[in-house]
Amino acid sequence: MEALIASAVGLMTAAGIYLILRLRTFPVIVGLSMLTYAVNVFIFASGRLTVGLPPILDSTASGYTDPLTQALVLTAIVISFGMTAVIVMMALGAFLSTGSDRIDDAAEDRAETGGRAE
Amino acid sequence: MTHWIIAPVVLPAIIGALIVLAMRRDLLLQRIFGLAATVALLAIALALLVASSRNPPEVYFLGDWPAPFGIVMVLDRLAALMLALTAFLALMVQLYAVGTGWDARGRHFHALFQFQLMGICGAFLTGDAFNLFVFFEVLLIASYGLMIHSGGAQRLRAGVQYIAYNLVGSTLFLFGLATLYSVTGTLNMADLAVKAATLPAGDAALLRVAGVLLLLVFAIKGALVPLHFWLPNTYAQAPGPVSALFAVMTKVGAYAVLRIYTLIFPPGTEATGTLFADLLMPAALVTLVVGAIGVLGASSLARLVAFAAVASMGTLFIAIAAFTPQATAAALYYMLHSTLAAAVLFLIADLVTARRAGDSLHHALPAIAQQGLIAALFFAGAIAIAGMPPLSGFLGKLLILDASRGAGMALIWSTILITSLVIIMGFARAGSVLFWKSHASPAEPDARPAEPLAFVAVFALLAGLAALTIFAGPVMEMMQATAAQLYAPAGYIGANALPGGV
Repeated sequence: MEALIASAVGLMTAAGIYLILRLRTFPVIVGLSMLTYAVNVFIFASGRLTVGLPPILDSTASGYTDPLTQALVLTAIVISFGMTAVIVMMALGAFLSTGSDRIDDAAEDRAETGGRAE
Repeated sequence: MTHWIIAPVVLPAIIGALIVLAMRRDLLLQRIFGLAATVALLAIALALLVASSRNPPEVYFLGDWPAPFGIVMVLDRLAALMLALTAFLALMVQLYAVGTGWDARGRHFHALFQFQLMGICGAFLTGDAFNLFVFFEVLLIASYGLMIHSGGAQRLRAGVQYIAYNLVGSTLFLFGLATLYSVTGTLNMADLAVKAATLPAGDAALLRVAGVLLLLVFAIKGALVPLHFWLPNTYAQAPGPVSALFAVMTKVGAYAVLRIYTLIFPPGTEATGTLFADLLMPAALVTLVVGAIGVLGASSLARLVAFAAVASMGTLFIAIAAFTPQATAAALYYMLHSTLAAAVLFLIADLVTARRAGDSLHHALPAIAQQGLIAALFFAGAIAIAGMPPLSGFLGKLLILDASRGAGMALIWSTILITSLVIIMGFARAGSVLFWKSHASPAEPDARPAEPLAFVAVFALLAGLAALTIFAGPVMEMMQATAAQLYAPAGYIGANALPGGV
């Protein structure tokens, strides 16, 4: 199980970083979502992995899993969900007003600021 | 003072929500309530500052849960100082926004402003690492809204870049926190300090990883090279008053570095040693150089000021990276100064661009309205941020130079002194293009209404800088006491009623 969780986190992080380095908003947003999934699983695993144990007091329980990480991951999910919604709206606004969904500066801006044009 | 500790978070939260819900259509009511709330925040912050300078650190247990099980707010000298700085800056920025009508050019300015203050105040007060993340997100989500206030294609595109960059930063923050939690089993900062000091040797590597991850996050916030790329474009594209308020946001990064790396990973920690100082110092030096070069090469006034802000963060982090009480006191003094100086320059840049046909520094344009007054203000602001006498920037840099005697002194002194010269040249070039080379033909008597409130705000910020200079002695005593408290974490730990404190 440890190997599975660790490789899932690693794969999602790698995919997320790869997608964030693309130049269009859609892959960047998907990449950010992948990264947040990866970090959510990672937070969950930071309370140690257990199977079938209750997080809250139970007189018949033989042991417990860490309830704090579950609360943390819940907070992280809510926040990242909200942030993803914000960036989707903002990217949509930028696309509708500029007519391009590139995330880097357009060539004419760079020429204006003294950088090399494409 | 017990319940007052939570007031700087609760007050903006209530007023912000009230503005959104009850007065979304009435700008006058929004202005009255927004300004009144910020005045009240300033009063509370000053009262807390007085209280914190008389008492040892004081803790507010949310829901009366004992630490480390509940979330705590901690009021100590550093937190109170940052609160007072934020409230003063926020009031002036808000006056400026009202005076120039920036707040009428889009919706929800005042509500977002209050939520931004809530996030910043919360980040300064919280004594819980995960809660610090939550307040970072609160201040970020409000800043996203403020950054694209009044819209425009360029601004929206810069906004998307800013959000994407910060979302990656937030993810990194969570990775760091989860690693920290997996090693120590706690997220209360005082408890982390106790646990990190007594960590079994086998876990030291993980603790170092967590520390470096968190340092990266705070470096993004504090715009340290090579993680500064979000700053120049964001600050140049954001509305003037918003950039001025953002001057305190980079300081949130500096505050977090000071807090975490003196409390949880103090320089004497066995597991980490001088790792963080060794990472911070070169990055800070490069930041200063990059900022100075940016000032010299900036194509627009707003970019010039943004790069000056990057350079001042470099100077600040040089002082922080020394991790000695003397250098930290100098850093705190410089932090007060650079926040006000950067903010006042952003406001002046906004005054200029509002009157000028273009923002470009490449060619001269006809003289602007109120040219003489604005030129004088620009001159004062440039002197302040470049660190020339007689304003507080000079004293701040002098204190930092004095504190960095010893190893690496030659490198630090030459970097700070040479970059100061470069920054002076950059500002001199900008000033001469903007004000001297403007054609003799006076600007047509333009229809801009007089903006007394805007000028009051700019003058008040400059007066703050002058006060920092005149009362440098007492202020410096206060900074030394603050730094001493930071390097004696037993008081902070003891306030949380945890073993290991006093």
